[in-house]
Amino acid sequence: MEAFVHLLQSPWPWYVAGPVIGLMVPLMIWIGSRSFGISSNLRHLCAISQPKVISVEFFKYNWREHSWSLVFALGAVLGGFLAGVVFANPDPVQLSVEFLTRLSNWNIPIGEGFLPPVLFGAYWQSIVIMYLGGLLVGFGTRYANGCTSGHAITGLSTMQAQSLLAVLGIFAGGLIAAHFITPDLIGSIQP
Amino acid sequence: MKRYLPYLLAGTLFGFTLVKAEAASWYRIMEMFYFDAFHMYGILFSAILTASVGVWFMRRFVGHASLEGSPMEIPLKEKGRYKFILGGLIFGLGWGVIGLCPGPLFSLIGMGSIGALAALIGALMGTWFYGLLRNHLPD
Repeated sequence: MEAFVHLLQSPWPWYVAGPVIGLMVPLMIWIGSRSFGISSNLRHLCAISQPKVISVEFFKYNWREHSWSLVFALGAVLGGFLAGVVFANPDPVQLSVEFLTRLSNWNIPIGEGFLPPVLFGAYWQSIVIMYLGGLLVGFGTRYANGCTSGHAITGLSTMQAQSLLAVLGIFAGGLIAAHFITPDLIGSIQP
Repeated sequence: MKRYLPYLLAGTLFGFTLVKAEAASWYRIMEMFYFDAFHMYGILFSAILTASVGVWFMRRFVGHASLEGSPMEIPLKEKGRYKFILGGLIFGLGWGVIGLCPGPLFSLIGMGSIGALAALIGALMGTWFYGLLRNHLPD
């Protein structure tokens, strides 16, 4: 029993996690010819909560037809709770020496578990940064009509050229932000 | 209700895997953008490879009944050019700071992360702004 719990708590190597995520694509086709992806739920949540008085055209549709997608997202929340709370890994993420060195240069304490408290904690500067970053993620994924799951995994595996454009854009944006914005921004947070 | 059970289970497996793979960890995403470890690239490449084989396999069942009963098909993306590059770029700029793409965003909500909640509220606002401005953006 103890060994079983330990197995559920330990992180998965890439060659286990990657294929499981990849299997989502044929799985969703088998369940109901659905395109594996999650970011469209942000649109459905807007459609659910939009008051009639502001009524933006893009959110006027029958979101109930996409209930399956919202249920999938609810499952993702539940899965996060199971993996991150119920069967949480008690050890910090096993990062490479190169990256640990980088973190210490950024003054981020090493070995703090799953997320850096300086960015994910209840500090007003962190909350503003997370909010603004989320704003870009929400705007960009809807403009590109998909995120990492919908474009990088579903789109590339079904050989859709549009998704290759999106993946190139995503990676370019990520590299620019991670190299030229993030280090200074993190350093500026005063918890 | 029974109709939704497969989606709930698939979503749960997805969210569980994202956390166990540490793809929902800010550290892993930054490590990826600095090319400091193979981990995330291994996940992405093996996921794309597995999905490709899976889709190749499913193609022979096109037209057969899916679990829901409708005839199976391989869903396609809509057309366009600039929206994919520009939208991807904007999304990437956010991802490179907060280290969260939409999948992990949902699974971290399940972990009770305050930062992820702030990012989710931002992402909903960002989606709404896109809906407001979309007719003025290049396709």
